[in-house]
Amino acid sequence: MNILYQSQRAMRAKRQDALRRGVIAVLDIGTHKISCLVLKFDQTDAAAPAEGIGAMAGQANFRVVGAATTRSRGVRFGEIDSCQETERAIRTAVQAAQKMAQVRVDHVIVALAGARPRSYGLDGEVTLTTGTVTDHDVGRVLAACDLPDLGQGREVLHAQPVNFSLDHRTGLSDPRGHVGNRLMVDMHLLSIEAHAIETLLHCVKRCDLELAGLASAPYVAGTSSLVEDEQELGAACIDMGGGTTSLSIFIKKHMIFADTVRMGGDHVTADISQGLQIPMGHAERIKCRFGGVMATGMDDREIIELTGETGDWHHDRRTATRAELIGVMRPRVEEILEEVRARLDAAGFEHLPSQRIVLTGGASQIPGLDGLASRILGNQVRLGRPLRVQGLPQSTCGPAFSACVGLALFAAYPQDEWWDFETPADRLPQRSLKRAVKWFRDNW
Amino acid sequence: MRPLIARRDTPPLTARRGPVAPPPAPPPVAEPVHRDPAPSIWSYRVQRLWLTPLFRRVLRVGVPSFALVFGTGLYFSDEGHRTAILDGLQEIRREIEARPEFRVNVLGIDGASDRLTAEIRGALALDLPVSSFDLDLEALRQRVEALPAVARADLRIQSGGYLAVRVTERVPALIWQTREGIVLIDREGHFVDALGDRQLEAPLPMVAGEGADRVVDEALALHAAAAPLGDRLRGFVRMGERRWDVVLTDDRRILLPERGAVQALDRALALQDATDILGRDVLRLDLRNPDRLTVQLTPAAIEELRRLRALERDTLTGGTSG
Repeated sequence: MNILYQSQRAMRAKRQDALRRGVIAVLDIGTHKISCLVLKFDQTDAAAPAEGIGAMAGQANFRVVGAATTRSRGVRFGEIDSCQETERAIRTAVQAAQKMAQVRVDHVIVALAGARPRSYGLDGEVTLTTGTVTDHDVGRVLAACDLPDLGQGREVLHAQPVNFSLDHRTGLSDPRGHVGNRLMVDMHLLSIEAHAIETLLHCVKRCDLELAGLASAPYVAGTSSLVEDEQELGAACIDMGGGTTSLSIFIKKHMIFADTVRMGGDHVTADISQGLQIPMGHAERIKCRFGGVMATGMDDREIIELTGETGDWHHDRRTATRAELIGVMRPRVEEILEEVRARLDAAGFEHLPSQRIVLTGGASQIPGLDGLASRILGNQVRLGRPLRVQGLPQSTCGPAFSACVGLALFAAYPQDEWWDFETPADRLPQRSLKRAVKWFRDNW
Repeated sequence: MRPLIARRDTPPLTARRGPVAPPPAPPPVAEPVHRDPAPSIWSYRVQRLWLTPLFRRVLRVGVPSFALVFGTGLYFSDEGHRTAILDGLQEIRREIEARPEFRVNVLGIDGASDRLTAEIRGALALDLPVSSFDLDLEALRQRVEALPAVARADLRIQSGGYLAVRVTERVPALIWQTREGIVLIDREGHFVDALGDRQLEAPLPMVAGEGADRVVDEALALHAAAAPLGDRLRGFVRMGERRWDVVLTDDRRILLPERGAVQALDRALALQDATDILGRDVLRLDLRNPDRLTVQLTPAAIEELRRLRALERDTLTGGTSG
């Protein structure tokens, strides 16, 4: 518990340092591509009204000064598989972004898609000593949450207070100043496998960068591709990436659930490669150029040439119709979506008041996907693109970059987390002297 | 040409005795590992270093400037290099100075008499032609103005290599008789010339006495006031650096007071007009006390006066007694 606090707080300190310097990089390590954005923060805008509570809320306005994307190597299912290859890919992306920005970045915030995220809902309850809720009470109620048994080798990635209730009132986003007797909190905790974080840290360190933050890709994709009322009323964001399809559920502007389906666009490509017996690169190209999920009569007449370099004349001059291609792609896409449906059902998505589903990510660009998804996931499906942020190049405005843009938003407007609040002194007796000194310094 | 009989490259399929050597293993073909291009760790680091602002500034500004300063210092630390460069600069400077555009060929002196012109030429001691860069006009001007007869000098180099010297001469106003000799001084009391060296156009008033050169104005005013005395006036003597005596012919004097000397002289002249006092046997006419005019008679006149007084007394006593 304390170790978690310390490592997360160290990252927060680094992020504050980077914001003070004004330059920070965000890095989305995906299975298919690694993209890097260099953000320049103009000034810390303390006057802006912050949503939520705590010190980290609503910090700065930023501009994207550098952007680079490279093909990902050594990443499988959103987890780093081969350190050296990933390191090379990170170097490529960071160097290109730095070159575009003409500035050196030292701090990087990384999003992770895979590593089997698991959501927990925690609640804590505390009786207020004074009648009014103070910062101290908020820290106390957060500390009162029982940490569930995460399992062997798992780490907490996000722990966000989602809802505060005071006596019989619930749905408070900021309980400070309210009068009551018992303060309760609902907290969403996301844990991932620890080895993924360790490997990532290793790779980032090998690139001479410092990790200033870590975020879950479904969370950041949701923040960037869901519009404000979708986040408020309840929606699911499905980020269809290369190796994983991650989903996150938002309500009241807080993520309440995140999960990952370990299938994505690369599996569709692999299916095409197997089904049509063509190399992967070629299959990827055909998928992007002719792919689809809804076959029409027109597609039977559209011939795709499956050229090859094997030397076998007949093999190299095969053709396939687009209908055949769709026939290969559709089952896999359906499988992915059904798996997503299962996860959403498991999370109890149907009980939410609004059940909008937003598809984003690179694999969501398959033509006709929204029609197929609405059959499987429900009526309220739309395709989402990331928010427009200042200075973002046109090439990185597509849905494939929603996690990246969301990470930039995450850097600028961080959500308050568990560790942003002071833990009560009784939990940390060894710090009481330090706290006394701090109190003395603050008040005298 | 292809041979008609097919050549057999492979060995015949006949059995051989002995151990059969295994065919040489083909060299392992290096599988070209296709990797995506990525910067090497060193190029990455170098680029990051280059994007560091401080490093960039040091390398772009600091190192070249240091190299420049260091190289220059190293070059100039050698005496030979230094003298060579200085000599070269001097040579260039000399070449430019020696150009005919900057040469002064003619010295023209304006506003001076012939004698003074010669004197100025001697004082300037210019070895014409000379470069105008070598002329220190201020020093030359001071040299010219150091000449006693020159009140003000104005030197300028005009086009065509002409050095014009415009001189204002001192005009002698008084002849001043001192112990050393008789000199001419101007209105401001400056020495102009010795009397013997110069022909005067007009007769000048003559003064004597110590400190007379400091009160030339008074002397001139007295001279103007003493005009009615005509030929009888010989000059003025400054007495004790305080007041004036008017010296007339026959060594007679009018002693003037310290203040109001001109008015006193006017009074004396009025007395002269009224009583012709100077036509009498008077040695000194003392006006120093404004309330009382005192007269010193010549010894002969005193004798005569005494004689007359005694006679008068005798007559009076004789008259009363007799």
